[in-house]
Amino acid sequence: MLSLMLLVPAIGALACLFVEAKAARTIALVATVIDLALGIVLWANYDIGGAQWQFTERVPLFAGFQWAMGIDGIALMLIVLTVFLMPICILASQSIAKRVPEYMATFLFMEVLMIGVFAAQDLYLFYIFFEAGLIPMYLIIGVWGGDNRIYAAYKFFLYTLLGSVLMLIAMLWMANEAGTTDIPTLMAYDFPPHAQTWLFLAFFASFAVKMPMYPLHTWLPDAHVQAPTAGSVILAGVLLKMGGYGFIRFSLPMFPEASAQFVWLIWGLSMAAVVLTSLIALVQTDMKKLIAYSSVAHMAIVTVGLFAFNTQGLEGSMIVMLSHGLVSGALFLCVGVIYDRLHTREIARYGGLSINMPKYALFFMLFTMASVGLPGTSGFVGEFLSLVGIYQANTWVTAICATGIILGAAYMLYLYWRVAFGVQRNADAAAMPDLSVREWLMLGPIALAVLWMGVYPESFLAPMRADIAALDARVARAAPAGDSKLKMKAPKAAPAASAEAH
Amino acid sequence: MPSILFIVFLPLLAAIVTGLGNRALGSFAAKLITTGALFAAMFLSWPIFLHYLGGNVGATVTPVLHWVSSGTLSFDWALRVDTLTAVMLVVVTTVSALVHLYSWGYMDEDPDQPRFFAYLSLFTFAMLMLVTADNLVQMFFGWEGVGLASYLLIGFWFRKPSANAAAIKAFVVNRVGDLGFMLGILGTFLVFQTVSIPEILAAAPAMKGASTIHFLWLRADTMTVLCLLLFIGAMGKSAQLGLHTWLPDAMEGPTPVSALIHAATMVTAGVFMVCRLSPMFEAAPAAKTFVTFIGAATCFFAATIGTTQWDIKRVIAYSTCSQLGYMFFAAGVGAYGAAMFHLFTHAFFKALLFLGAGSVIHAMHHEQDMRYYGGLRKQIPITFYVMLAGTLAITGVGIAGVFGFAGFYSKDAILEAAFASGTAMGTAAFWLGSFAALLTSFYSWRLVFLTFWGKPRWAESEHIQHALHGEHESPDEEHGDAHHAEVHPHEGTGGYHPHESPWTMLVPICLLAVGAVLAGWAFYTPFIHTEAFWNGAVAYNEHLIDAMEEIPEWAKLSATAAMLLGFVTAWYAYIKDTSIPGKVAEQLGPIYTFVYNKWYFDELYNVVFVKPAFWFGRLFWQQGDVGIIDRFGPNGAAWVVEKGSVAAKRFQSGYLTNYALIMLVGLVAAVTWVMAQ
Repeated sequence: MLSLMLLVPAIGALACLFVEAKAARTIALVATVIDLALGIVLWANYDIGGAQWQFTERVPLFAGFQWAMGIDGIALMLIVLTVFLMPICILASQSIAKRVPEYMATFLFMEVLMIGVFAAQDLYLFYIFFEAGLIPMYLIIGVWGGDNRIYAAYKFFLYTLLGSVLMLIAMLWMANEAGTTDIPTLMAYDFPPHAQTWLFLAFFASFAVKMPMYPLHTWLPDAHVQAPTAGSVILAGVLLKMGGYGFIRFSLPMFPEASAQFVWLIWGLSMAAVVLTSLIALVQTDMKKLIAYSSVAHMAIVTVGLFAFNTQGLEGSMIVMLSHGLVSGALFLCVGVIYDRLHTREIARYGGLSINMPKYALFFMLFTMASVGLPGTSGFVGEFLSLVGIYQANTWVTAICATGIILGAAYMLYLYWRVAFGVQRNADAAAMPDLSVREWLMLGPIALAVLWMGVYPESFLAPMRADIAALDARVARAAPAGDSKLKMKAPKAAPAASAEAH
Repeated sequence: MPSILFIVFLPLLAAIVTGLGNRALGSFAAKLITTGALFAAMFLSWPIFLHYLGGNVGATVTPVLHWVSSGTLSFDWALRVDTLTAVMLVVVTTVSALVHLYSWGYMDEDPDQPRFFAYLSLFTFAMLMLVTADNLVQMFFGWEGVGLASYLLIGFWFRKPSANAAAIKAFVVNRVGDLGFMLGILGTFLVFQTVSIPEILAAAPAMKGASTIHFLWLRADTMTVLCLLLFIGAMGKSAQLGLHTWLPDAMEGPTPVSALIHAATMVTAGVFMVCRLSPMFEAAPAAKTFVTFIGAATCFFAATIGTTQWDIKRVIAYSTCSQLGYMFFAAGVGAYGAAMFHLFTHAFFKALLFLGAGSVIHAMHHEQDMRYYGGLRKQIPITFYVMLAGTLAITGVGIAGVFGFAGFYSKDAILEAAFASGTAMGTAAFWLGSFAALLTSFYSWRLVFLTFWGKPRWAESEHIQHALHGEHESPDEEHGDAHHAEVHPHEGTGGYHPHESPWTMLVPICLLAVGAVLAGWAFYTPFIHTEAFWNGAVAYNEHLIDAMEEIPEWAKLSATAAMLLGFVTAWYAYIKDTSIPGKVAEQLGPIYTFVYNKWYFDELYNVVFVKPAFWFGRLFWQQGDVGIIDRFGPNGAAWVVEKGSVAAKRFQSGYLTNYALIMLVGLVAAVTWVMAQ
């Protein structure tokens, strides 16, 4: 099943290379829609409460190297997110005019690698998918990007590659030490604490860049600004999630002691990210840069949630990742919609779009509110659970990260004002037509998903619950003591007794 | 199916249909759908309230949908109805339905009516979710939902920069409060291991002084910490001192919005929250003292500003702020029944005053500056009489034991409770509140005298000029700002004839006038004196109620005395000798300027928060990201490659990545080869 999901876009990618532009678009759309259908089948057949690893495939290739696939609830959700966003990306690529077949092939290849990352059960297989994902993204930015695409592509590549070299060395050592490259086995393997320290740091180098965590984030705004719309959607929607996925899959379960040891590093960088990048977002004049900086702030909520070492924190982080995948993807699509019309990302060129594009303004408002974390949208559920988690670990970190709800509102509403409200400053912006059917098909499904996740997140939490619980049990022994614990003055019979037990 | 489902979800349905239908649906259908839904909700709400009025009715919870469960944390979407909710239901649905109807007339010329009505209904839905919340998170949902609706409606005339700025300010300042509320919820969950309100309230009394908790650098009494955090949320939503700055600016929104959201319902959410969680506050005496202090301080501070403003809506806005202060210090001294009672009566008379002001503004062609009013009592008599009823209600006119207007009962109950509480803070609140009653009476009568008495001063108003010269004007048009202190318009009508508003506007204000006249008299006993009515929905302090009966006669009469004094002063200054206000302002000099400029809160916040935020943003961006990280990071690497090696020159800029690519492929190949061995 999982191999089939890799195979479909792979075949599509090959096919695209041999046809002209129009056919390539069709092939890409069909391949991604088939994969979406497969993803839905996968979700429907996923047995909640069943085995931890499902849909497993094991084919030994050569030496210790094996084609090992399998997913748990966490991977399932991220795969569903990927296949959900892909057809939307293909639809959003209508304005791509040059080298269309190659573009479509690159995107389909990208899909193969992204699903591969989340499904791989072998350390090296994971590494190959993880790192190879760089190549199509690099090409998308470097070939189909904006004016300054070479610089952005170079920065993107340099950052991510440097991180991954260290990770590879760590992986080689781990395979040697544990005698296996099987990820589920490694997740239960207790590495000696002193080795965990540098293993953790090596993986951290790679995941922190991918997340991205402050101060390794500067490639992201440039990459987003230069990437075509669909590239930004995938970058924000899926590629950034690989960092968080890496922390969940590797750093936390494999190096719990080291994770606890470095908890202040993570918290410190996350707090810095929330405050600093939010302030930076406030002064941006380029729409994509603004959203890119907001992504860094949101991903910081993911890292604090993960490193809260408890159920709410972990589940919250996963929901933030899924939600951010949808919401920031949708925000980039919103930018793309008007970029296609006016060919500028400069905020000051727009204004008053609610007048001539009321439907667009409605979608944009919904996604803005989801980004701000309004309850009822997906953004709130994740943010809230993460903060519940981190509050149990540290009140300082909670208070500082929670300032993101103020700053986030400030920069997003300020953006919305300048784009959708105010007077129509420019005649060309005022003449732009409202959403087309194609654009409805892009934004509508994401809007529904955002509301669904906000109102009934149980659909998304349920498949992950057992896996999060297992992870929680694994890291619990190393969890740092919280600073917010209750102290009873007298041993009265109060419900607080259960809080102390926590 | 319980009627509460219809009450809550009909407005949502109406909002969705109207919002999505928008221009395709047309103004008339939009108005009909939303107003119909709201009247239906209102007619379903009153029976519930009357049922609870009978006393001893318990709470019912209607489950809707499971929401979230994560570890030990679990909460649902559910609709809880008890006495407190029943009170809020009638307030919200009644005022909302009347405001919907009023907007038929007020917004008649606006091309964007479907959007307006959709927002109004959306607001009502969010407010109803807030008051029916069975857990803190759903309350937070409603809390943020009303914030969104408020933001959208303040910025409804989005072409005006001032409306946008006010809308963002409202949302962001509210979010400062929400941060406190959020932390309060997190802490409450940590302590009680639940977010269910009834469970928390059941466990709260046992926690009184029983434990300490760490928060940031503090280790303090658990309940005090939790209640203070939650109260910060209430301060934001209810525009209390420090977080009040958004409320006056919110007057940028259309007047029906001001009446519904910024007077009768949303801004009272903070009071509702404190009353809803009253057993928690009862377990935190220090927090109660703080609530009393903030309430009393706001009550006084806002009233002082109200006496100096010229914009009719701003006067009423500061009045709202001040009246909310009364409600809070009532809650702070433990008189939750009195706080809710004032909330209830205030909803009627303040909505009335706002809608009446809207009717005046409508008649005066969107002129809001009272200096250009005058002599309107003959032109718009119905508006005049209902405004008079509203003023009698807010100033608290009445004779004990005979009859009084709404505010007479509720405000006096609050002042009596503050006096009877016996605490130092309660006594301070009594004096501040009594003085604020004087100011309330002064600025309310000042408003009435400036607007309805004297000679017409319309001629020089830009808005009137527009009307006279037939230029089309929509309310979202910008005007030169003539609103500074030294305006002395000459008398004269300029040939302008104000018209009374259409029946769609007059019917709602007349109905509200009935409420403003009778609500206090009719509901005093159940709200203040009947434990069976509340039936545990708020903490009921029998002791305090008894003490209220026994306070000295002078304390009971002080509110009425203050009211009379305020009336006489206003009459003397604005009818008898109209040169007095100018002289007084001149005499007071700096104090007047300080008060007129709203104690300079906006300027202070601008310097302390807004400007530094942008400055730091630029700093971290240009000095931090570009100046340090990029310079020594990737650009530095490129520089090293470029300068360091002649051979590498071929790979600089774009080609360096190819080099890296080759490196990656090589690495992967090497690993594969190693494995294959």
